[in-house]
Amino acid sequence: MSAGPLLAVRDLVQEFEVRGRGGVKAGVVQAVSGVSFEVQPGEVLGIVGETGSGKSTLARAVLQAPRPRSGSVVFRGADLVTLRGRRLLDARRQLQMVFQDPYASLDPRWRVDEIVSEPLVAHGVGDGTSRRSRVAELLDLVRLDPGRYAGRRPRELSGGECQRVAIARALALSPALIICDEAVSSFDVLIQAQVLNLFERLRVELGLSYLFIAHDLAIVKQVSDRVAVMYLGRLCEVGPADAMYRRPLHPYTLALLASIPEPDPHRARRLHRTITGEPPSPIDPPSGCRFRTRCPRAERRCADEVPPLRVVAGGRQVACHFPLEEGMSS
Amino acid sequence: MEPQVIASSTPWRAPAGLLLEVDDLHVRLRRGDREVRAVRGVSYRVSAGRTLAIIGESGSGKTVSCRAVMGLLPPTAVVTGSARLEGKELLGLPPAEMREHLGADVAMVFQDPVRSLNPTMRIGAQITEAIHEHLPLSRGEADQRAVELLERVRIPLARRRFHEYPHQLSGGMRQRVMIAIALACRPRLLIADEATTALDVTTQAQIMELLLELQRELGMALVFISHDLSLAASYADEVMVMYAGRVVERAPTGTLFAHVRMPYTRALLDAIPRLDRPAHSLLPTVPGQPPDPSALHAGCSFAERCPNVRPTCRENSPPLAEHEPDHFWACWHPCQEDGAG
Repeated sequence: MSAGPLLAVRDLVQEFEVRGRGGVKAGVVQAVSGVSFEVQPGEVLGIVGETGSGKSTLARAVLQAPRPRSGSVVFRGADLVTLRGRRLLDARRQLQMVFQDPYASLDPRWRVDEIVSEPLVAHGVGDGTSRRSRVAELLDLVRLDPGRYAGRRPRELSGGECQRVAIARALALSPALIICDEAVSSFDVLIQAQVLNLFERLRVELGLSYLFIAHDLAIVKQVSDRVAVMYLGRLCEVGPADAMYRRPLHPYTLALLASIPEPDPHRARRLHRTITGEPPSPIDPPSGCRFRTRCPRAERRCADEVPPLRVVAGGRQVACHFPLEEGMSS
Repeated sequence: MEPQVIASSTPWRAPAGLLLEVDDLHVRLRRGDREVRAVRGVSYRVSAGRTLAIIGESGSGKTVSCRAVMGLLPPTAVVTGSARLEGKELLGLPPAEMREHLGADVAMVFQDPVRSLNPTMRIGAQITEAIHEHLPLSRGEADQRAVELLERVRIPLARRRFHEYPHQLSGGMRQRVMIAIALACRPRLLIADEATTALDVTTQAQIMELLLELQRELGMALVFISHDLSLAASYADEVMVMYAGRVVERAPTGTLFAHVRMPYTRALLDAIPRLDRPAHSLLPTVPGQPPDPSALHAGCSFAERCPNVRPTCRENSPPLAEHEPDHFWACWHPCQEDGAG
């Protein structure tokens, strides 16, 4: 691949029609409304957002499942939106996904070795012998002993082991980018740390990139080079993870940070700064800035004008008329 | 192997307003043809106006121990020990008598409000049903009280929400309705079982703040069950950490976080992704997973995963004892100073 981004998403829009009684169109869910970002080779971009922010819809739109309403998804130089059939499947080989619920994403009747070799069979890679050795190699990569695990079925595994199998399957075709959608969110903290460490080791060993999607900013920050904060279908803020944590620019980023409970009683209880209320419906989002109905800094302009995602100093982007650190804006 | 008398079952300081006393609670559950020792000798106290956090991973026995106290386990469960509410023994009460306490004295909020609410009943009717269960109010009075409860848990437009169905509300709003139902008969003890786990972080903060505020207003005791030590740090007065059916460490929140002794608690704390940690760093964690509760070995249940393990740990189970004032732990080789282990 030539230099340039591994994945470039431009003005992505995804909408769904909601039908009321009698199939009459009742509204349009504006799930993703003009989202643009890039992932560089070897980079981890975290996407953080709450329920209904559109982050999972965004992930599926990148995979063309289903296709987005408009916008482009250029992966390794090819726009997936324009590809069809076999060419799309081939382009997607290097783009894999790991989901939240490992039990639901694995066929309970299949053995672990069948699950992991399935992408190889589907894409006609190798013969029986080479696939068997590739499966053993993949299970080794995710720290599951092939001798002990290859013949088991998902119900004989713990949740963490199931997720390792799902990761091994995602690695089978040597992807360049893995989309992780809440991939560690359902685990207890010790298993969660084991799986996060596995993602980190695989990144280093295989030179992988991740699009790491989660609702928990602390988890996202742990694995990401840059973080994109999403609210009601739009990006609020994008930038290097450390800078964003030290000096959030968007009021919503600050609210997310303030809501995270600290494992330290002396630093806890700063939570009173958090926001009230809940996100409005994506069927009828607020005009202008979509966060304005919950924003303590909102003014008239926020209702009238959509704040564009603009570049500020330090490789950061923010979509806010009145960001928290105005001095940083260019 | 056999249930042992745990040092902590000797009563400790009983402050005024002592509400719930649990002593040497054991629960055995049938799972298929196997017997699972889900809770193995748990003792604790909760006073009015205080908040206890019970922390542990899935299968640690934290939920089962609370359900046992409330008589909410299947009839095949074998429960022994003692659980007294203001001196009155709850274990072994006939179901009819237990029902009088449930809701009126003790109420519980569960993780999943979708499954706890009746999807075919309006919100208001579900609250008034709980009110009529214990309070002799007329229909009009009960409706009025239900609207007040919805306002109290800060549901906007309470009078309109009264007539809506659960599916018309968001997850956070449904959990507020569950709390309103739990508060319907002014319980003195509220048990919240992973009540915020399924919620977004901003909603979680709102619900926890609401619970603490209601607790202060109503003078309730609050027990919240969670897998997240950060929630305990932020909201609890006292923390009890459970592993494989046992209490492994217990202390007032400040004491515990200043001097973590049990290596399991240390591991839980260290594995939390923290915002001040550099990106791409590996999280300190322990290998393996909790033991199968139907096949527990002699010795400390955490020994297989413990960084401080010595041969004695695999032979004898360490008792939970008060090693420092108000600080109990069950470990032969505790962490010496902060960060150790």
